[in-house]
Amino acid sequence: MNKQEINRETEESVQEGYDDSKEERKVVVPGETIVSGADYLPGEGAVREGEDIVAQKFGLIEHSGKLVKVIPLSGVFIPRRGNVVIGQVTDMTFNGWMTDINSPYQAFLPIMETPRFVNKNNLSEFLNIGELFSSKIKSVKAKGVDLTLEGRGFGRLEGGMIVFVNPNKVPRIIGREGSMIKLINDESNCKITVGQNGLVWIKGDNIEDELLAKKAILFTAEKSFIHGLTDKVKEFIEKEKGDKE
Amino acid sequence: MIETSTLTKSAISEYISKGKRFDKRQLSEFRNLSIDLALSKKAEGGAKVKLGKTEVWVGVKMEIAEPYPDSPDKGNLMVTAELLPLSSSKYEYGPPKFNAIEIGRLVDRGIRESKFIDFEKLCIKEGEKVWAVIIDIYSINDDGNLLDAAFIGALAALKSAKMPFYDEKKEKIDYEAESKKKIPLTKNIPINFSIHKIKNSFFLDPSIEEELASEGRIILAFIPDSPVKICSMQKGETMVVSTDEFNKAIKLAEDKYDSFFSEVMKKIDSEILKLK
Repeated sequence: MNKQEINRETEESVQEGYDDSKEERKVVVPGETIVSGADYLPGEGAVREGEDIVAQKFGLIEHSGKLVKVIPLSGVFIPRRGNVVIGQVTDMTFNGWMTDINSPYQAFLPIMETPRFVNKNNLSEFLNIGELFSSKIKSVKAKGVDLTLEGRGFGRLEGGMIVFVNPNKVPRIIGREGSMIKLINDESNCKITVGQNGLVWIKGDNIEDELLAKKAILFTAEKSFIHGLTDKVKEFIEKEKGDKE
Repeated sequence: MIETSTLTKSAISEYISKGKRFDKRQLSEFRNLSIDLALSKKAEGGAKVKLGKTEVWVGVKMEIAEPYPDSPDKGNLMVTAELLPLSSSKYEYGPPKFNAIEIGRLVDRGIRESKFIDFEKLCIKEGEKVWAVIIDIYSINDDGNLLDAAFIGALAALKSAKMPFYDEKKEKIDYEAESKKKIPLTKNIPINFSIHKIKNSFFLDPSIEEELASEGRIILAFIPDSPVKICSMQKGETMVVSTDEFNKAIKLAEDKYDSFFSEVMKKIDSEILKLK
């Protein structure tokens, strides 16, 4: 993978943040006709049935030119290349770790992809069963999902706590170009890593700060449909801070 | 699926050993309790119980059955619990697993051993016909401490239940006929406490995170008396408890008993008044 490719990928993952400026969108359920006519093309989460374009998932409609797609509101995490995920080690093999990434698919982290030398006979020294780590998805193939630790900030997670959110709300928690996560980060003085699979790692100086960040994240996930959410979250954090004092 | 993480677990145990909890509760503080008795028109009694975000539905049905050979002059009691996949991603459809069986057994034991139901009055003809009380527990949302919620639900459902009309000529129950008769209950109202342990601290009413981080639990049911009496007791999980620790756990529940008992009774009674 050359440098340009990596750059493009990081750009993409930033753009995955939710855009607040769009007008209100319609909610559809599976089987519901979104639009009919040959002028439209079915995108993600939609399929063509004769004249109609029918939703396959429960979510919001998004039009971009001819393309009609459904942004899901619920469901499991489907791994994609380049996603940052937080996983848990479930097993060790002779050349790597089997991991659970909160998805229907198991993921594999080979020794080759670790940033430093790891003794093959003592894998648990680097990552043990039950431990959590952040990583990036290197590839998604028919035989399974492969992870890599190459990149900044990937590796074993120590201290702090994990918060579980609906994977489909992750773009909202990140916000447009990371605005929401930056807000929560600054207000709570915590280091926050958001996995696209719905696991969020919060690490602060003390548990009170971490709990504040946790509350803010859960609030964001719960109220994800509101317009002008960033202001609401700011208000919420200020109120919580006031209560504490 | 990842249910909880070692990181969250250690954060909880660190925090709880300081005597604090994530949701700012005291160690012996319960979450908000709400009871709604208007659950079903077909069932003899029913209750929706909410404990924080935990929600349990309990129903009471009555039918005529043969008594068991060892208690020919007493009514029957059957408690079953079902943990629906709707309530948590860790439950699946199928025959009840260990958790579900345990909740059913514990509620059964608490009610049976407290002698809350006057079983002798449920006898119709000795050795042949008795009333059977069937309590069904369904979890709607599991946010920890399903057992205590289910127990309160069973109490509320039993207290509000009306016995169906028994037609003596036809020797059959007429479920359609109106009946004002209540299930014969005594004053031994049991109240259940699940006491969980993390490190050296005991606490009541765990949330789901705390329940998953818990090292073990002691389950006690009390009946009113002065001082209160224990009518059912069980230890869960593979933890070791010394005598001193056990006494500490019992004391924690005993201290909470008075205020919690009156809160539950007040809520049930005000809901029963609403039904009329």
